[in-house]
Amino acid sequence: MPQAEEIKQRIEAAIPGASAEVEDWTGGGDHFKATVTAAAFVGRSRIEQHRLVYEIFGAEIGGPIHALSLKTQSPQ
Amino acid sequence: MSENEQNQIRDAIGQAINENEVILFMKGTPDAPACGFSARTVAALQSLQAPFAAVDVLPDPRIREELSAISQWPTIPQLFVKGELVGGCDIVMEMYESGELAQTLGVAVASP
Repeated sequence: MPQAEEIKQRIEAAIPGASAEVEDWTGGGDHFKATVTAAAFVGRSRIEQHRLVYEIFGAEIGGPIHALSLKTQSPQ
Repeated sequence: MSENEQNQIRDAIGQAINENEVILFMKGTPDAPACGFSARTVAALQSLQAPFAAVDVLPDPRIREELSAISQWPTIPQLFVKGELVGGCDIVMEMYESGELAQTLGVAVASP
């Protein structure tokens, strides 16, 4: 079962320069909430930003990761 | 599943997206949402009094598979406006709070 810390590390490893804050939303290990800040998001639509993060997890989203709620932003 | 059946489902979804200006693919129905994310998205649309079509993806898992193949979006709900994917629950809620959703839907925002 994926843990919040593991999800954070995978996001940060997959998107260069990204910093992620991930919390287990329900404590059940399958609903997570992530705020991701990355320079890679600059110039991309919100849809594209979210897709970049979802792509890291592929079929795990909707499977072992029942939900990954996302907030994406560019660095200030 | 035969390839033909798969194509039929995909075509039907594509047609629904093109024929309805605002369409929400969700778990459950607007009156009885079966998931908190779908419920929140429906509530945002309803509070803007925006008319929308809704498709329940739960009766047949193939609806969800084909929808995600079309939209390249892994989760439910998915909101489409004028044939374009607007987003899932997170994006819709963010846009609702910023007033962007009302703009996208072309509805007037009632003053508080």
